[in-house]
Amino acid sequence: MRLAEHQYRSVSAIRGPLLFLERVFAARLGELVRIETPDGRSLTGEVLKISAGQVLIQVFGGTQGLDTRHTTVSFSDTVMQAPLGDGVLGRVFDGSFRPLDDLPMFIPEFRMPVIGAPINPVARTHPVEFIETGFSTIDGLNTLVKGQKLPIFTCAGLPAREITDQLLRQARLPDGGPFALVFVALGLTHFEYQFYRQTLEHMQSRFVAFINLADDPVVERLLAPRLALTVAEDLAFRQEMDVLVIITDMTNYCDALREISTAREELPGRRGYPGHMYSDLASLYERAGRIHGRKGSVTLLPTVTMPEDDITHPIPDLTGYITEGQIVLSRELQQKGIYPPVDVLPSLSRLMQHGIGKGQTRKDHRDLANRLYRAYAKGCDLRRLEAVVGRDGMLAEDRQLLDFSTRFEADFVHQGKQRRSIDETLDIAQALLDKFREVAR
Amino acid sequence: MSGQVTSISGATVCVDLADLKIGDRVLVGSSRLTGEVVRLDGRIATVQVFEENRGLGIGETVTSAKGPLTVHLGPGLLGGIFDGLQRPLSLLQQGSGDFIASGQNPFPLDCTRSWAFSSERQSGDQVRVGETFGKVKEGHIDHLLMSPHAGVLEQLHTGKLQLEHPAAVLAGGQPLHGWHSWPVRKARPYRQKLQPTAPLITGQRCLDFLFPLLKGGVAIVPGGFGTGKTVLEQTIAKFADVDVVVYVGCGERGNEMAGLLDEFGELEDPRSKRPLMERTIVVANTSNMPVAARESSIFTAVTMAEYYRDMGLDVLFLADSLSRWAEALREISAALEEMPGEDGYPTYLGSRLSGFIERAGVVETLSAGQGSLSMILAVSPPGADFAEPVTQACLRVAGALYMLDTQLAHRRHFPAINWTQSFSLYSDTALAHFSEQHGEWAKLQARCRDLLQREDALREVAEVVGMEGLQDGDRLLMRTAEKIRLDFLCQNSFTEDAYTSPESTIEHIAALIEEHDRLAAALDGGALLDDLLKEAADAPR
Repeated sequence: MRLAEHQYRSVSAIRGPLLFLERVFAARLGELVRIETPDGRSLTGEVLKISAGQVLIQVFGGTQGLDTRHTTVSFSDTVMQAPLGDGVLGRVFDGSFRPLDDLPMFIPEFRMPVIGAPINPVARTHPVEFIETGFSTIDGLNTLVKGQKLPIFTCAGLPAREITDQLLRQARLPDGGPFALVFVALGLTHFEYQFYRQTLEHMQSRFVAFINLADDPVVERLLAPRLALTVAEDLAFRQEMDVLVIITDMTNYCDALREISTAREELPGRRGYPGHMYSDLASLYERAGRIHGRKGSVTLLPTVTMPEDDITHPIPDLTGYITEGQIVLSRELQQKGIYPPVDVLPSLSRLMQHGIGKGQTRKDHRDLANRLYRAYAKGCDLRRLEAVVGRDGMLAEDRQLLDFSTRFEADFVHQGKQRRSIDETLDIAQALLDKFREVAR
Repeated sequence: MSGQVTSISGATVCVDLADLKIGDRVLVGSSRLTGEVVRLDGRIATVQVFEENRGLGIGETVTSAKGPLTVHLGPGLLGGIFDGLQRPLSLLQQGSGDFIASGQNPFPLDCTRSWAFSSERQSGDQVRVGETFGKVKEGHIDHLLMSPHAGVLEQLHTGKLQLEHPAAVLAGGQPLHGWHSWPVRKARPYRQKLQPTAPLITGQRCLDFLFPLLKGGVAIVPGGFGTGKTVLEQTIAKFADVDVVVYVGCGERGNEMAGLLDEFGELEDPRSKRPLMERTIVVANTSNMPVAARESSIFTAVTMAEYYRDMGLDVLFLADSLSRWAEALREISAALEEMPGEDGYPTYLGSRLSGFIERAGVVETLSAGQGSLSMILAVSPPGADFAEPVTQACLRVAGALYMLDTQLAHRRHFPAINWTQSFSLYSDTALAHFSEQHGEWAKLQARCRDLLQREDALREVAEVVGMEGLQDGDRLLMRTAEKIRLDFLCQNSFTEDAYTSPESTIEHIAALIEEHDRLAAALDGGALLDDLLKEAADAPR
């Protein structure tokens, strides 16, 4: 603990969002600094690197208007922290935790570092409790459980926005315990913001939103999810709520990461993204979980837009390696007019096994899901054959499987804007399987 | 001796402290974070810090631990759950609660626990380095205590032994404890390496039958995300016929580790009928724990595995995943501003990797026993592209490749082992062994491969002419191959099917092929396939 606050006016260089400060007497890694601009504005920053008296600072907010002569930097002796307390619920903030809803800032009860400590693996409990999203393709075939991280892989032009919006409105716990939603928007356009605002205004459940707009400072895209997850951990593990964190869009996050990394002159990895992107993404995604002996949970639903619809692009690829499955949207289904256009074949929920069945959803859930999946996979395989030999050249059983796949998409996957309970989902599955009893075993 | 921090860039810290050696452990800053010296330049040493160091300031004190990074080896490791620096996670939880805080250094072994000590040696006996001077009972195994020093035994402990007291004393007063420490980056010595001969039964039909592994062998399991690497590794950890399993969760998911710990706590070892955890050591360094500790975790784990090998046991080392280790190496290398090689990995990736993988094998131990250390290593190639450096570097040293196929996984064919591209260089040796029990093994294996290969060719034809257009003989082949794929190669890890003994495996495949031959003979006799199948379906079971 340093006794006196110390200030410097020795900025030697400014490069993108980075600021180089000379002849610093004492600094800590990750230390929070306050920057006074020549025109009297105040910004915050964080110490990234210290070497022989020179300190590298990452500035939150734009560096427009900073100079090397008059800019003042003061060191705070603490790392970046998030204000926490009951007052956070029902509020909308920007990427630096400033209110966006024209209300005054709440009075924080205490603060916690935004870089959370890792949950001790022996303190974790395995996620097993079901969360109902209202989508048949998720609840029925790729079930989400408390403490899971399950990303939505989308492509440009697909209705990820509508799906996110519905998740905000519809997600609920089957047993109706204390539940909160944390919504994080990164690089959101004003057009999309207007859309979500209406939803947020009419939210029934408790929520907190962090909105970083497309023309807001890029560095705040790295900060906003960390603030949000710190809030989520507090709601979950201190206030014992089940918290669902929805982040849209992680592609903007990764692009921001790349931008900062390039400014730091780090070695670029695949497609220019930094080599430490896996660890960086893990430091966000891994904050989801449940803890032995505590009631709440943090569940994560990030959206990833796959550049060029490519699932092997570094962003979806690294995400898929960290998360427990993925929900994949398909352009083909979208063109068929199916909503939500979830392609269940490449989609997967790794934690589904324990979250379904008797006591969780329904006794027949696993069996129904397996049969639907098997028959649909076979049907999709046969479509290629149909394209070559024509329907008439196929065995009767194969023709039935083709019909099944079509009905499956129309009845089960397609649900429009309707919310379906898990019982409705499973009933539709049962009806479909009954109709095609001979082929869908 | 103490010095101070002069610069900090992420987890790479420069310190001003004299008399350090490369590989020395140092304690950095007021919270005494563990670090390792990776570079020396005059008085300035570059230190890789293994713990979260946010908040560390320049000018803070650094002290030397006067020795390299080590692990502590002794009874009580089995059943333990450690981080990448061998700190017991349960003690970390006692220290800092449910979230891990930096700067804790608990002793990994329980010094107050009593062990039943016995020895066949007598005072006056000469002991060499690495020779056994006594043993304790650890669960179902005889835990041999090996002397780190040479000398003449002067005193021997009798009865219950606690680790804080010496188990023996050598002439000259050198005490021999029940535990000793060993540098993680130094392979433990042995008399000589032997040729692996005995098969390692995994209980996975596809592996044991088509791509068998030997005790002392190394297999790599590359696969894109969602192809079931972790499930396969964990299933093998449950059922493999070895004495000790060391499982490293290296940069992987916390929830998966929690699942493994929950499950292994409840399950029973099918061979000894004791809790599975009693034969298992878990090293968990999840993806959000510090990167440098992820790099050291596989060395920490393999040193513990070698220690049990030295007792003449069969040890299986499972790592999930080696790519995360390589990425940690890459991050550290980038922070040191080293010249990057392919895909940004340091150019010493290959040599570092082979140095590590060569720690596997069958050895004649220093106490003249025979022990084996086998490895099954998961690899996570970016974009499921197997041409990337880590998979390729592993392939140069591994003896078996179990390639996981995204297409098979999408069809829910698990384990998603691609049977055309996977291989095992141990196949011949294993076949010689298996053929003693079942003479047909080699022949059946060849038949099975042939059927699957011909199915591939036929499927292309069927896509053009349709199944209707195929000859009866070809349709029969397609049917048999489908049965082999779905009933034999697919194996559900979540039901009783998860383990199959070699006897049942061979019976199963023999029955499938026998049925095929019988139907094929009937077709040759002029029967129609549809009639034959109808008959088979109607026949009472």
